[in-house]
Amino acid sequence: MSEHLRPVVFTRAGALKGARDALPMALSSIAFGLVFGVAARQAGLSLAEASLMSALVFAGSSQFVAIGIWGSPVPVFAVVLATLIVNARHLLMGASLRPWYSRLTRRQAYGSLFFMTDTNWPLQLQAFLRGEREGAVLVGSGLFMLSTWVASTAFGHAAGAAIGDPRTWGLDFTVVAFFAAVLVKLWRGRGDAMPWLIAAVTAVAVHLAVPGFWHVIAGALAGSIAGAIRDTSGKAGHGA
Amino acid sequence: MAPEAWSLDPLAVTAILGMAAATYAMRAGGFWIMRWLPMSRGMEAWLRHIPGAVIVSLLAPMVARGGWPEVIGTVVAAAVMRVAGHDLVAIMAGIASVALLRQVL
Repeated sequence: MSEHLRPVVFTRAGALKGARDALPMALSSIAFGLVFGVAARQAGLSLAEASLMSALVFAGSSQFVAIGIWGSPVPVFAVVLATLIVNARHLLMGASLRPWYSRLTRRQAYGSLFFMTDTNWPLQLQAFLRGEREGAVLVGSGLFMLSTWVASTAFGHAAGAAIGDPRTWGLDFTVVAFFAAVLVKLWRGRGDAMPWLIAAVTAVAVHLAVPGFWHVIAGALAGSIAGAIRDTSGKAGHGA
Repeated sequence: MAPEAWSLDPLAVTAILGMAAATYAMRAGGFWIMRWLPMSRGMEAWLRHIPGAVIVSLLAPMVARGGWPEVIGTVVAAAVMRVAGHDLVAIMAGIASVALLRQVL
């Protein structure tokens, strides 16, 4: 694919565009940041500790898991191991950026990857798939989302139990709706149906059987490997 | 009782730093590993199929766990995306339909 040989740029304009595209996600992360702040306070974390965690870890699901097993003294090993497992799905996302990010400097690529989450990774990926060469989408959207995440964590912690349930407003659905919209854009035709169906069935089955995020890894591997085998074994599939 | 706002327990800070290191290792690790794997036709086909498969695997259990409001909301968001071609509009439509359906169902 000669597409992968085209240069990739890294500009301020691209970062700003990334931040703009991340606006709905940032609004949603404010709601969850508030809830996380409240929960972290109840689990015994200080305002400084909760804010530090949001700033350095910046991975909501694993932070909720961590405060779920938090205690006094803090079970450091269990917390770190749980984080590693919950975030293992990021391995696949990072791998998928390889064709384009390998064209950036190491500092740009490895710096950007710090900001990669479930919701801004599709923004960067879609930009590349549309044929854009801008690699700063991840860092721009990530910085914006990180700042709203930390601010809302601190606010939630400070405000304590006064925060209502974001479910009433359907705000917990933001991420699901976003994924649905992304899938419509990623759909390349009927060739995607089989791998996606395999991914969905595997993910739901594993989710029912095993706690944590293993279902994402299992479903993603099953679907993507099935698609790759189909594409390389015969003439069927996408025009590559 | 919430602890003092600015207190930093050494064990808590150790756990947070460990979490940060573990998370970054996952974020950067997949990208790094690909450096050592030869780019073949099969590898390219695999990378091309990862995005859709990852998002489907994130989405499917969320919808399955949620029930009818979430199922309908997902269909609404996808349909609006298809017709309007704008993700913010699609997301708003999805959220609005879920909030509404939760009142009704």
